[in-house]
Amino acid sequence: MKMELIQPFINAADAVLSQGLQGTTKVGNLTMEEDAYRRKGVAGMIALTGDIEGRIILDLEPQTAVRVASHYAGAELPESDALIKETIFELANQVVGNAISALNDQGFHFRVHPPLLLTAQEGDKSSEDTEALMICFETSLGNVFMNVALRYNKKRMADHAALGA
Amino acid sequence: MEQFAPVKRSKDGQPVRYLIVDDSVFARKNLARMIETFGGQVAAEAGDGLTAISEFDRTHPDIVLMDITMPQMEGIEAAERIVQQHPEARIVMVSSVGYQENIVAALQRGARHFVQKPVKPEVLYEVIKYVLGDDGAVTAAAGAGA
Repeated sequence: MKMELIQPFINAADAVLSQGLQGTTKVGNLTMEEDAYRRKGVAGMIALTGDIEGRIILDLEPQTAVRVASHYAGAELPESDALIKETIFELANQVVGNAISALNDQGFHFRVHPPLLLTAQEGDKSSEDTEALMICFETSLGNVFMNVALRYNKKRMADHAALGA
Repeated sequence: MEQFAPVKRSKDGQPVRYLIVDDSVFARKNLARMIETFGGQVAAEAGDGLTAISEFDRTHPDIVLMDITMPQMEGIEAAERIVQQHPEARIVMVSSVGYQENIVAALQRGARHFVQKPVKPEVLYEVIKYVLGDDGAVTAAAGAGA
């Protein structure tokens, strides 16, 4: 997977988390995921289609998710509160929105699909042309994991090239 | 959350009334909290563009804060329809998708401004003052100077 595709998502997550959690965020470990995705806690997934396709998962361990959602809500939330899922969805939306804004200004076009809650413990295995990268963001409220699996849509890119020729 | 000098309506000194449109409950709550710190009042909330149109007709807010990507009807189309019916409507688009095409489309179809998520309260506050223009007045914070 090309780093030029990943970097806007790392920058966006760093900015969204730093601003929202009002503290410094450190980009921790980056690891390639070769096996099937294993959910850590509350995980929201956003699919992208268009010139670049794939998906982004924002995943927080349950206690971290509660702390993050409570921080945004300005009140202590119980683990069962629906606002926890909403918070993770909105954070995922903000990360993806900011990243694709940067990529769109570089000429890539997308459709962003609504966030989905991952409920299965295990997801699809990444394939040869859709490797997944897991990035850990260390925040004052705990670790936030972002799993990015993207690839160029070769047909769309070829169509654009032909139109531009 | 930081407190701001209240922005009131110039004509009657009443709080500015807002319609918040976003399919995310989290985003609506977050914006509502910011509005309170500006001395404003939430007139209504909507989770999609169609409801936004009916809520605008019902409440006639001073400002609409409108998300773009929403189910049923997206924010740019809803903004256009509201402005067609109410040319005086002041609509501020609030979206995480802040690429140029989107911003230009929103402005061409009637929105007055664009704020990218995550929303910084100080940025939204300045945009609100700008969009209200002479129809808004910054008043001294309660208790200030006492």
